[in-house]
Amino acid sequence: MPHIALPPDLPGIRGAMAFRPETARPLNALVEVLLTGPSTLSRGERELIATYVSSRNCTHYCHSIHGAIAAAHLGGNEALVMQVKSDFTQAAISPKLKALLSIAGKVQQDGKLVTAEDVRAARVLGATDLEIHDTVLIAAAFCMYNRYVDGLGTDQPEDEALYRERGRRVARDGYVTVSEEYLASHTEAAHA
Amino acid sequence: MPHIELPEGFPGISAGFTYRPETARPMRELAHILLHEPNSLTPGERELIATYVSSRNNCHFCQSSHGAAAACHLGDEAVVKQVKTDFQSAPISEKLKSLLVIAGKVQQDGKLVTRADADAARKAGATDLEIHDTVLIAAAFCMFNRYVDGLGTWQPDNPEMYAQMGRHLADEGYKQPSIKQPLEKPLEEPVSIP
Repeated sequence: MPHIALPPDLPGIRGAMAFRPETARPLNALVEVLLTGPSTLSRGERELIATYVSSRNCTHYCHSIHGAIAAAHLGGNEALVMQVKSDFTQAAISPKLKALLSIAGKVQQDGKLVTAEDVRAARVLGATDLEIHDTVLIAAAFCMYNRYVDGLGTDQPEDEALYRERGRRVARDGYVTVSEEYLASHTEAAHA
Repeated sequence: MPHIELPEGFPGISAGFTYRPETARPMRELAHILLHEPNSLTPGERELIATYVSSRNNCHFCQSSHGAAAACHLGDEAVVKQVKTDFQSAPISEKLKSLLVIAGKVQQDGKLVTRADADAARKAGATDLEIHDTVLIAAAFCMFNRYVDGLGTWQPDNPEMYAQMGRHLADEGYKQPSIKQPLEKPLEEPVSIP
């Protein structure tokens, strides 16, 4: 049960966002730019970074939903997503993405752990400064989203089918569009 | 030296914000709502939560700039220091202490927050919205701190600069940059002599 009176029937971050639509807007705008905006990293790659960080933070809702979104972008390859969560060094992903995931893993612990050597290694494998920037910020942002979801004690369902279905929708429509449904319906309910 | 080619002369998060305006916009807006817009927690209380979390994350730029903003709001630098070192003995309300307990747990791991922590805060007078905002401020500073540190940004040791930033943040909030122009080359950094 959540620690505060969140709207029922909205699991994970959705309940928290419907509770406070004012902060939900920039939270959704940020994830939209980072994970769906124009980038030389594919949407699948960026979702894998978000999934990996959420998995290291052990936030069930976030690593399940972003894992499902990643799989939707990667041709339904759920095995690859699982492999990135358990040991990305063995996963069938590019060496560049592996270098970025090691930076993300350090940011997840403490940004100060990232070294010039980590960044040099990513550059040698073809990463641009903007890609390194976005990796750091995706990892940092998921340290926020994960703590937000866990810190309020939100409901985090176990049902994998729920994440799979929703993952496909978010992959197709994006975060802001999907969020408008539950933000609007909750606002109407609150004002009825 | 920053890990990537950030614009020169912009300290801390202002370098990241200048480098990538698309992500700066929602991040500024989030900080503005959480720390500056009307709320039943005062801006000083909210800046203390931000400062405390940044201090526990050992992020020099963030704890200095938000500490300066808190001191501006509260007209008291000593209380800011006290909150950083031991908030339980600081001259702040029991309600704020119970919220700082929650913020400190979120800083480590959101899962550490218990129903009992939230009940204790409610007993001390906190509303659900105040508990929500405390959790989100703490979570957001776990992002801001990692962003500033993870890029290896320039974090000068310059109390005067932080005092000016704190004044701007306390007066204007977060929508507009507090650092509008690149700063002079820092004196404390060694200059190589050919």
